[in-house]
Amino acid sequence: MAKLTTKLLIATALVAVAGCAPKRPPVLPPAAGPAPDQGYSNNGPRDGIVPGSRADFERSVQSDTIHFALDQYDIDATARSILDSQAQWLTHYPNVHITIEGHCDERGTREYNLALGDRRANSTKNYLAARGVDPSRISTISYGKERPIALGSDEASWAQNRRAVTIVLN
Amino acid sequence: MSHHPIRRLRMALALFAFGTAAASAQTAPSVQTPTSSAAPQALAPGQTPPPLEVDVTGGISAPMPIAIPAMPTPAVVSTPAGMSDQVGRELSGIITNDLKNSGLFRPLGPNMLRPVSFPEVTAPAFDYWGGTGAQALVQGFIKANGDGTLTVGCYLYDVFSKVELTRQGFVVPPSDWRRAAHKCADMVYTRLTGEGPYFDSRVVYVSETGPKGHRIKRLAIMDQDGFNGRFLTNGQTIVLTPHLSPDQKSIVYMSYLGDRPSLYVYDIGTGRQRLLVPNAGLTLAPRFSPDGRWILFSMAEAGHTNIYRVPAGGGRPQRLTNSPGIDTGGSYSPDGSRIVFESDRSGAQQLYVMNADGSNQQRISFGNGRYATPAWSPRGDLIAFTKIGGGFHVGVMSPNGGGEKMLTDGWQDEQPTWAPNGRVLMFFRTGQGGGGAADLWSVDLTGVNERRIPTPLDGSDPSWGPIRP
Repeated sequence: MAKLTTKLLIATALVAVAGCAPKRPPVLPPAAGPAPDQGYSNNGPRDGIVPGSRADFERSVQSDTIHFALDQYDIDATARSILDSQAQWLTHYPNVHITIEGHCDERGTREYNLALGDRRANSTKNYLAARGVDPSRISTISYGKERPIALGSDEASWAQNRRAVTIVLN
Repeated sequence: MSHHPIRRLRMALALFAFGTAAASAQTAPSVQTPTSSAAPQALAPGQTPPPLEVDVTGGISAPMPIAIPAMPTPAVVSTPAGMSDQVGRELSGIITNDLKNSGLFRPLGPNMLRPVSFPEVTAPAFDYWGGTGAQALVQGFIKANGDGTLTVGCYLYDVFSKVELTRQGFVVPPSDWRRAAHKCADMVYTRLTGEGPYFDSRVVYVSETGPKGHRIKRLAIMDQDGFNGRFLTNGQTIVLTPHLSPDQKSIVYMSYLGDRPSLYVYDIGTGRQRLLVPNAGLTLAPRFSPDGRWILFSMAEAGHTNIYRVPAGGGRPQRLTNSPGIDTGGSYSPDGSRIVFESDRSGAQQLYVMNADGSNQQRISFGNGRYATPAWSPRGDLIAFTKIGGGFHVGVMSPNGGGEKMLTDGWQDEQPTWAPNGRVLMFFRTGQGGGGAADLWSVDLTGVNERRIPTPLDGSDPSWGPIRP
């Protein structure tokens, strides 16, 4: 289990680096409720990224993706930190709606994975809601094992594919 | 894509004017329809050899050698299915392929045998065929009728006893010419094995192309031998897990249309479809009840997935399970009184059986590993499943959980579906890694006779329909 957790952390870090601009190191999650204004608007017009847009979200949060252990759907410490950064941004832009995609690795059967992906998307939604994001802004969709991002049949690939991805709807 | 495949196959009950004289020289032929008893018939009086039978229980006995020469035609004419003599050769080729794939026969097909003349069909050269080593002989003919239909005659002979065992005739529209061959193969198979027919049946499945991370999936339907396929959707949305209705007129399946993964009922005749359960969240895992009145499915709500049933024509869903975990993959017993399903309520996927109203839920799988995708045999005697643990493998167990037997040994063999006779299963096999495509395979209950179904593209999620009327 310790080994698996390490791999998960590595995989998460890889995805974060590959998918987004450089990020601050993980910080302790802030308390629920309105986030302090951290000056997101400073990032804006100069580089052409509209504040509150999908691009703004992706460069502002630690990651748009969290990961899960095999056949699990609980939000671990790494995922909490990522979701806290997402909740903070979403609280800053209260009119933005999001979809959370739930995904699985290929080691589950098709129909079970559809249900498991739904479970992962829902636990992600519930966490964001507990951090103050109005659940009516959040829709979920499960892709089961239909849309892997890592194509290998090995532990590292499977770890990347067990994920929930937050998509900002523009 | 344009024509409608639902057509009645009319049976001409062996009323062949040319054949009666030759046939009456022997014993009067009995005429069987596919629904009549398949029990072996007695040999003609005075015949001493043991009855010609195929052992279906083991994988040990050698397949029966059977000769299937090209079917002659009384006059070579052009038909919408092709030149009649060419169609006759292809009919015999289809019969050869069906019987070979069953694993119970060693056919000598039309390419290995001398052609037979039209009058010879009802007066076989038994001594010649005996010399080929064949124990049984399938002869037939094809004739183009004035009204545009085709008549196909099919005769089964015992080569050693020199008697006709059975015969059938089929009048088909040219578009259904392959069905006549499958019906003929079913006649031979049922007469010699005592098993039910399965060759004249169709499979709905998902045709796949493209990279593993973004597969293009299309709903498709084909004959069970992998031929005569057509696509029903264009691949723009993900489609999954189709199932054919018992009347074979519609397909229930899952589609990501509008990014709302939901169940749809697709009418094969009209190409129209409707949403099965409006205003619902994720709905998945649909299966028809054996009488076609209900559709069993799963619905996810707030992270929990339970099993429901809904009238096939639409209506209010009725909840059958209520567990905090994932209950899915429900499959009816052939009499409709019980349902087998999978649930992770114990902590991992296992198989459970309950009454059709959801009462009396009992776990039946207790082996090492997880169990998923149960499918109740149309014979009622077995439940097929995917077993997870160091890969996926297809196996069977009895409905009370006993007698577990694994049938396949691929890396990922998933989602078995039963042939109409309950002796053969189809499933899909996925390869490892980025190039690992999925293909359709069949295996019979011996576990020995495993074959890839020759679909034009990759394939997954097969669901075998009933024998066609």
